[in-house]
Amino acid sequence: MDKVVIVMEKISAGEIKQLKGEIVIPGQLVAEGAYRAGRWVYRDGDRYYATKLGLKEIRNIKGKNTINIIPLSGKYDPKEGDLVIGIVMDLGPTTWLFDINGPNPAPLHITETPWKVDFGATGRYFKVGDVAALKILYKDDTSHVQVTMKGPGLKKLHGGVITTIAPSKIPRVIGRKGSMIAMIKSLSKCQIIVGQNGRIWISGDMEKIRAVEEVLKYIENHSHFSGLTAEVAERLGGGAADVERARETSSRR
Amino acid sequence: MHYNVISELTREYIFRLAEKGKRRDGRVLDQFRDITVETGVIGTAEGSARVRLGNTEVVVGIKMQPGEPYPDSPDKGVMTTNLELIPMASPFIEPGPPGAEAIEMARVIDRGIRESGALPLEDLVITPGEKVWVLFIDIHVLDYDGNLFDAGTIGAVKALETAVVPAETYGLGENHPLKLREIPISTTFVKLGKAIAVDPTAEEESVARSRLTVTTDLDGNIRAMQKGIGGGFSLKEVEECIEKSIRFGRQLRSLLWEIERAGKEE
Amino acid sequence: MGTDNQEIVLLDEKGRRLDGRLPGELRPIKIMAGVLHRADGSAYVEWGKNKVLAAVYGPREVHPRHLQNPQRAIVQCRYNMAAFSVQDRKRPGPDRRSIEISKVLSEALESVVLVERFPRTTIDVYLEVLQADAGTRCAALTAASVALADAGIPMRDLIPACAVGKVGGKVVLDLFKEEDNLGEADMPIAIIPRTGELVLLQMDGKMTPEEVKEGLKMAYDACKTIYELQKKALMEKYMVRTEELLDKETLQSAVERTEIPSEKTELLEEGAPEEAEAPEEEAPLGEEAEEVAEETAEEEVPETELLEMGEEFMEG
Repeated sequence: MDKVVIVMEKISAGEIKQLKGEIVIPGQLVAEGAYRAGRWVYRDGDRYYATKLGLKEIRNIKGKNTINIIPLSGKYDPKEGDLVIGIVMDLGPTTWLFDINGPNPAPLHITETPWKVDFGATGRYFKVGDVAALKILYKDDTSHVQVTMKGPGLKKLHGGVITTIAPSKIPRVIGRKGSMIAMIKSLSKCQIIVGQNGRIWISGDMEKIRAVEEVLKYIENHSHFSGLTAEVAERLGGGAADVERARETSSRR
Repeated sequence: MHYNVISELTREYIFRLAEKGKRRDGRVLDQFRDITVETGVIGTAEGSARVRLGNTEVVVGIKMQPGEPYPDSPDKGVMTTNLELIPMASPFIEPGPPGAEAIEMARVIDRGIRESGALPLEDLVITPGEKVWVLFIDIHVLDYDGNLFDAGTIGAVKALETAVVPAETYGLGENHPLKLREIPISTTFVKLGKAIAVDPTAEEESVARSRLTVTTDLDGNIRAMQKGIGGGFSLKEVEECIEKSIRFGRQLRSLLWEIERAGKEE
Repeated sequence: MGTDNQEIVLLDEKGRRLDGRLPGELRPIKIMAGVLHRADGSAYVEWGKNKVLAAVYGPREVHPRHLQNPQRAIVQCRYNMAAFSVQDRKRPGPDRRSIEISKVLSEALESVVLVERFPRTTIDVYLEVLQADAGTRCAALTAASVALADAGIPMRDLIPACAVGKVGGKVVLDLFKEEDNLGEADMPIAIIPRTGELVLLQMDGKMTPEEVKEGLKMAYDACKTIYELQKKALMEKYMVRTEELLDKETLQSAVERTEIPSEKTELLEEGAPEEAEAPEEEAPLGEEAEEVAEETAEEEVPETELLEMGEEFMEG
């Protein structure tokens, strides 16, 4: 076998980092005895098994040890109250159909906007390809989803760009108590809206947007390692002071 | 159909970046992505190559079997290029027989090889008028992140170059390598806003105004061209693309074939 | 299956097979997870001379709509052989064989995927055979559940698969092409290792009930081995995340030596920054694992921090 590799640009070497927790696999026994099954865990008698590829986490909640699996991958699964970034894919006389990066498109009804929209006049407000920050209004048992644009921060978005990362990595982008995203915002001076659906809207200086996009990719690929905050700060030209500030944010009560 | 939903603001951002000479993945406009080529990857094929161009990945296999020539060309073998845009490769591909897009790509790749004389069909004759080699170039797209024209062409040429004619299997003498007489290289450009970028990603292709593929040979001649997508190119832009395609052709040949000069190697 | 009058000796006097294996021996198997970029999850399996890729997309919208099930997700496998994967070029596109295989593999996977979690959606599993040497459906199914796990699809377990058969009058494991062509029987199976359930079982040829029993036992044991390889492949993907094209082996051996005294570990010791703790924000508890839990959750779980954080990060 003959192999030729042409590297058009020098690629930086990846570093070896510390894992954030034990990686478990669907079907793997994660605990036995007096526990509570949390997310992505099922029990069979007093045995608990993982149902998703992820990191095992045991937390004491109200005196009971709860086992959760923190997923490392997976598509966006809408939940009521989630902030999402949607892209208009179709219009009806009383609704806009949004792609929310979920399994099915989500309609936004004209009454769920801050505007007074006349029947059939939906095209005046949104065109196909337009973008909005929305909230999941409800999801029924058969996966029907509706979104709303009524609420603080929910609006049509202009300018900037959307970056999409794995939705399972969004919590890492936000960071504990919003520490990570606050640091990214302050270092990049970009406006950023993080959707739970894996879409992130970034607006600001073009070079800064590029830097933020790169940092987000980095977080996505390294979410299961520790030491992210310091790494992200460095990549955005920040220093120890920024990491310290992020740490304070994350431990704020 | 699963639609490729691209936001208008992302399109504008990509155009604005391109007009400043930049791209979302950090490349400049005149830059190919990294290329990895492995040959001899499929044992059941007469020749094969696996090409990774950035996140695009194709496997090309050559199959040969004896058959009859076409009545109107009794002294020529038969070559068919087929490209399978399988649903594995992208969320926007549906299962089913090759659509217009896959057929266009296969035909453009085929033209580059056929018209450049890389593999003269006369070379595929066993008994004139009676028996010829029927050769299939099957391009299997595994991961689609744009620019299948160029990845497919590199893969097809590499697979042909390493192919061994299975003469023994059919009692037709000794196995022997297929002789390649030319190295056609295609270069694909897209128009992003007012700028022109080479080797587009899938995202760039989906927002592009228009697309142009130019296939060149060792001597710097043009052997195939194809313009695609709704928009157009000015004459000046086409001339620029041609000029660049000759340059990229030389570069890629020197990197992938270690051919430094722009002359035929025999 | 072939006939009994063989000129080729499929088993020599020492019990070795044509390729030198013992009756109960598997071919070399290599599994890798996460090999494709566009797919939501993927896996590559090299099994002897078989080369099979699996890609997963979903859960996503079902087309055509009449296939939608309002109660659960559907699992749709598409097993396909590349034109160049066999000795005589195969005409591209589905044939009766690939349609049947796709069906039984879909059904095997539905038995472990938590389909109730995703009503009205499809989970598409694309299986591409790039090089075939008998046993491709088992290699494909083995790759499929690794790709599903890689895609973050919730499942009860992975599914390893393996074939047994009868060659030269003896029950042997994992037939390769010559044996498949000349042997007396072939029986592919797949199991759910945790429960021991059979979720794929096909057979053709001729075997006595005793031989079937012996074969099943043999294949079961082999599935356990394959299961370990599946788990290892998934682990490996996350053990070292390197940039593309880096020498993985060097890095892996470095990891095995581990305890790298980096500044990061020092940081951890000294002042417990946020990463030292479990990522609290990543546990939007609330809705539980009712999917399969024989018993439902006993108590209320505190409200997620995520929601309040939502307001916070929006103001920017």
